[in-house]
Amino acid sequence: MPLTRDEVQHIAKLARLGLSEDDIARFQEQLSSILDYFQALRRVDTENVPPTSHTLPLQNVMREDDPRPPFEKETVLANAPQREDDCFRVRAVLEE
Amino acid sequence: MTTASALEFETVIGMEVHAHLLTRSKMFCPCPLPSLDSPPNTDVCPICLGMPGVLPVINKRAVELTIMTGLALDCQIAEHARFDRKNYHYPDLMKGYQISEYDEPLCRNGRLEVEVDGGKRGIGVTRVHLEEDVAKLYHVTNPAGESYSLVDVNRSGVPLMEIVSEPDIRTPEEARAYLVELRRILRYIGASRANMEEGNMRCEPNVSVRPRGSSELGTKVELKNINSFRHVYDAIKFEVERQVGVLRSGGRIVQETRGWRPGTGEAVPQRSKEYANDYRYFPEPDLPPLAISRDWVEEIRSRMPELPAAKRERFQARYGLSPYDVNLLTESRARADFFEAAVALVAEERQRAKAVANWVNGDFAALLNAQNVEIEDAKVTPQHLSELIDLIEAGTITGAAAKAVFLETFAGGRAPREVVEERGLAQIIAGDEIASAVDRVVAANPKAVEDYRGGKQEAIKFLVGQVMRETRGRSDPNTARELLERKLGGAAS
Repeated sequence: MPLTRDEVQHIAKLARLGLSEDDIARFQEQLSSILDYFQALRRVDTENVPPTSHTLPLQNVMREDDPRPPFEKETVLANAPQREDDCFRVRAVLEE
Repeated sequence: MTTASALEFETVIGMEVHAHLLTRSKMFCPCPLPSLDSPPNTDVCPICLGMPGVLPVINKRAVELTIMTGLALDCQIAEHARFDRKNYHYPDLMKGYQISEYDEPLCRNGRLEVEVDGGKRGIGVTRVHLEEDVAKLYHVTNPAGESYSLVDVNRSGVPLMEIVSEPDIRTPEEARAYLVELRRILRYIGASRANMEEGNMRCEPNVSVRPRGSSELGTKVELKNINSFRHVYDAIKFEVERQVGVLRSGGRIVQETRGWRPGTGEAVPQRSKEYANDYRYFPEPDLPPLAISRDWVEEIRSRMPELPAAKRERFQARYGLSPYDVNLLTESRARADFFEAAVALVAEERQRAKAVANWVNGDFAALLNAQNVEIEDAKVTPQHLSELIDLIEAGTITGAAAKAVFLETFAGGRAPREVVEERGLAQIIAGDEIASAVDRVVAANPKAVEDYRGGKQEAIKFLVGQVMRETRGRSDPNTARELLERKLGGAAS
């Protein structure tokens, strides 16, 4: 069952990707085949298998609450595509 | 009209509270927590900056503070908890996802009791979970007219606890009481500074109304941009009236987010983040899950201090104080501790409690407030206050002199007895010194003397005041009054 154009566009928008018409058609097909694979997994009987969120046999990996020096400000800002004073400058975001 | 609407509609409020935890380092990296005046981007490392390839590690203290909050709110503490990624794009979210807890939060099913006008009600606590805060955005329009935003990453990764209530709150007063009590608890257990003005405690009430008697929930509106208890109350009150107005005129409530504008006293619709409901949560692969042993929970419980409600009850029972006094005394743990330390210095605790409470809630609180000093930083010690009260009760100093002494102890931290001796404030016991002051006052104030003799009883108060002034507060006012009455009384008859 192939994904619809709208679904692909919605996913692209969530990922902040701009897709051409060709891209949309191609991803409709590719994403659909990925989902088909999950359909195959669905046929496995998992009745008595608890859901697994992590594959490593680890738990309670924590650190003590000890602060360490942060990075130098200039290092922090070194990759800023745009900078103003000591802040990253980005396109306007309107929330209000 | 207002009365009619109050009769027909019931308000339903659920509260979401976010609080910064009082850790020393961030949630998933060892950066120090920024202070209010940290310059932009100076408490930052590749982890909280969201650089590719970095690995977060859970701050154990943040988990403990969240569990302690859960215990303080009577929650069930999960045996298994897990972090998830909440995915969305916004310039304040460095990684493109926030690490939060979705379906396995640390605490669930709690309860907080609030008291409004003497009536107590339990407000359900749905969950308490742990997440990380995002960066701070500043919206700018420069002189050239360009609009853009500036990002300060300091706040990114600060441990953030979210406390969600059931829709059990029914009035703006209850909403405020819930927040005040929650703040008190968070401060008592040292989980958060919980200061709304500073932004380390934020609240978002969900408000809806429904016909009274209905058990269905109305459409809810989420209120944002609230940064004081006053605003919580005002914003909810406004929103309830607005919704009732819409429904009465046959309209429908739209589910939306509204921002509170304290300037105009209105909550106006906010543009919401696009696709905000499509977060695509999934388990955070970089953080192994938590298994929370009951031993650990009990160990955390054993470190929990007495909570405000228990303290209030104990103070009333043990010291026989009024609920009003007790409420003020238990406002903060430090104030309650100060009170108890001062009271404990005398054998007759119960008798002394009221005097100590009056000083702590009265002059002392007023001075602390005026000078913006916390009680734990004050130069006055419980010993000082106890000594001062001893001096008053022994009749060594008058109430007026005591106030002056307290001021001086407050300013310089010197013991009251020392101040009394040095400044010669000890009460003049010798009646003849007061008597000569009375003579001078009577001679200097013929008008008041005449008024008194003419039957104006009030005038005596003025004359007593003058005697106190003449003796720099060292007279016993009752003695002064007696001497004045004796001196003037004969002539009046």
